[in-house]
Amino acid sequence: MIRQSWWKLLSFILLLYTCSYGFLVEVPSPPGVPLQQTIRNLFFHVPMWIAMMVCFAVSVVYAVKYLRKHDPVYDIYSTEYARTGTLLGILGLVTGMIWANYQWGKAWSGDPKQNGAAIAVLIYFAYFVLKGSLHDEEKQARIGAVYNIFAFFMLFPAIWILPRLTESLHPGGQGSEGNPGLNPKDTTNAMRSVMYPAFIGWTLLGVWITTLRIRVQIINQKKLANE
Amino acid sequence: MNKIKRMSGVMVAVIFCVAVYAQSTAAEPAGVMRSNGKIYVVVAIVVTILLGLFLYVFNLDRKISKLEKK
Repeated sequence: MIRQSWWKLLSFILLLYTCSYGFLVEVPSPPGVPLQQTIRNLFFHVPMWIAMMVCFAVSVVYAVKYLRKHDPVYDIYSTEYARTGTLLGILGLVTGMIWANYQWGKAWSGDPKQNGAAIAVLIYFAYFVLKGSLHDEEKQARIGAVYNIFAFFMLFPAIWILPRLTESLHPGGQGSEGNPGLNPKDTTNAMRSVMYPAFIGWTLLGVWITTLRIRVQIINQKKLANE
Repeated sequence: MNKIKRMSGVMVAVIFCVAVYAQSTAAEPAGVMRSNGKIYVVVAIVVTILLGLFLYVFNLDRKISKLEKK
């Protein structure tokens, strides 16, 4: 049977709940907020970013571990978490563009948070380019780990700090509100009861897929060692 | 492998349930699937995609577990 299955089951149950109740929960439509039903994207678009940040955080932890112990398994963990994080980031950008097309009129309006997120994802693209351009495995792992730390510390200014310094189209981004992520006034407790399970569910699914990739890489490495 | 077949069987049955449901409500447009601006149709589709996705990941996990045992 499959390994350590309780959290995989949890992920399934939470996502089943998100994908059914998420469409049925009452959403507020206060006057002046043109979000209407699209606020339900809170259960699908926003969790991509949460899951991405969790993946990148785990990735950088393993990068530091690799630099301390030089165990190639840590390098596999670090790379695969970065890979899933990048995928989730792309999904976050694309879903955001679809939403923006109907909400802000244009898929890309140069919103500081959009630009910041794109920069962050591009920095992680460069991580894979860098690793792919090196042939020596040890060098690849070591330079990759160092770059990973740099990328992680660019991620937070790009998506958390810089968008807060200017006005943003994202909710809560006008004037002095200063939090271009979520506007607490737009959400209700009923919505939060779906939002947090959605965050956990999508993150666990991301972790599950990553562990599969890690296990394949470890099998591959063992196979190579035996040959 | 038997378990997978049984699970896919259950899934097909669930999908057929929904299909049958939709047909029985076709005569009377006020059924559950057609209420609330037909939002339940979207729910059914998203849940089906989710089931398929999880079944796929679950199968991958099993296959990798088998490889690890070798």
